[in-house]
Amino acid sequence: MIASLPNSQRVVITGIGLTSPNGNSLCEFREGLLEGRSGVRDYEIRYVGKTLAGVCTFDDLKYQKRKEVRRGTRAGSVGIYCAREAIEASGLDWANVDPAQVGVYVGVTEHGNVETENEIYEIKGYDYDTKYWSHHHNPRTVANNPAGEISLNLGITGPHYTLGAACAAGNVGLIQGAQMLRLGECEVALAGGVSESIHTFGIFASFRSQGALAEHQDPTKASRPFDRARNGIVVAEGGCICVLETYERAAARGTKIYGELVGYSINSDATDFVLPNPQRQAECVRLALRRAGIAPEQADIVSTHATGTSSGDIQECQALAEVFQGSPRTRFNNTKSYIGHAMGAAGTLELCGNLPAFEDGLCHPTLNVDELDPECQLPGLVTDGPRALDKVTYIVNNSFGMLGINSVVIVKRV
Amino acid sequence: MTSVEIREIILDILEGIAPDDDLSNLNDEQPFREQLELDSMDFLDIVMELRKRYRIQIPEEDYPQLASMQSTVEYLEPRMKDLQKV
Repeated sequence: MIASLPNSQRVVITGIGLTSPNGNSLCEFREGLLEGRSGVRDYEIRYVGKTLAGVCTFDDLKYQKRKEVRRGTRAGSVGIYCAREAIEASGLDWANVDPAQVGVYVGVTEHGNVETENEIYEIKGYDYDTKYWSHHHNPRTVANNPAGEISLNLGITGPHYTLGAACAAGNVGLIQGAQMLRLGECEVALAGGVSESIHTFGIFASFRSQGALAEHQDPTKASRPFDRARNGIVVAEGGCICVLETYERAAARGTKIYGELVGYSINSDATDFVLPNPQRQAECVRLALRRAGIAPEQADIVSTHATGTSSGDIQECQALAEVFQGSPRTRFNNTKSYIGHAMGAAGTLELCGNLPAFEDGLCHPTLNVDELDPECQLPGLVTDGPRALDKVTYIVNNSFGMLGINSVVIVKRV
Repeated sequence: MTSVEIREIILDILEGIAPDDDLSNLNDEQPFREQLELDSMDFLDIVMELRKRYRIQIPEEDYPQLASMQSTVEYLEPRMKDLQKV
């Protein structure tokens, strides 16, 4: 059981850096969630035309030269911004951190689509002659690119790689970081997820063909998980990287601890390419709870994965209703209703947006639930403004993805 | 195209490749890489931009001719003399 590990094996979050469509720091993001501020806006992309998206506004020149931005990828810039902000927040004396003892573990839903589409678009102007295909294509599209750009920017010489885990990737990045710390592969882990997905037309076109791309006259109303009028996903970009350290190390330097990763799980549906399986999702949640050593009724907040699709939301609610049927005090919320679906970043962003609840005791609501779908009727679903809770000790974060990958992370107040 | 125009084109390409560098004091006789933060991938960008803009194919064995502004202009002049600047 993770919860009973010695201090040298306990993993805590000591820094958070993020960019989301409604905030470029944890503070801004949290304010946005408590004020009900959406980050979804009108958006246009080649071939698809006018649509909606969650767009980030962070300053990509804060930590990179213009040349580095040009050379790299959007996902790389997102990752660098988040990693640098996380290190700053952690209070680490970076100049004296051994770069060989830092690991970079970044979850991605996909990578390379943006850059490949751009190159094909470019050589279209040259009658598809591949002599005009950029030599930058391979370093931009290798699957480790976002993590690699972080290592280059920060001079990190420990391991770096990405975790391809569809929309569960944000949780999976964190889990990988925690595991590598416990194995002694690194002393500091930069772990989380990034997304540049709004820059690939393919993801919009595919969701639209699937009948799963959200439309709404008011962009801020488009992402509406659990609402009867929901009609699909709002694609978003974003990133969230956490500094992870052992409790022993963090306590020794007396730094702020945002929370402890006391439980996690990853499993597979093994049933369908896109349709979720509530039974496996429930098993995944139970496994994480068991590893955390807690009963369902001890969970204060459950951050749901729900994306606003007709079937996915119901399936997750079925899973949660089953696991938490004896937990009347557990509250459920959803962050995609503010920012859309930040893909590889979603899991980490949604978890970290909830972590300040340990201090302010508030559970931010799910936006846009004007008429709750009866099949999504979770008793503890928070919809009307922030809910004040007595004390928040455990936050459960769901993150699920295509091909049936499920992940759950549980963070405890320290 | 004149040698002056070719130089302007190379400067324009360099501004895109090395946007953080100050090109105003570029020494035409001195190799680019001694004055600018250029690596081999950047150098290939010069070749690619010339290919895209003017359909000039520069064989790999000629790459050393593009070491400095002066040698680049000298190399390109006969190849671009019948082209119009775009």
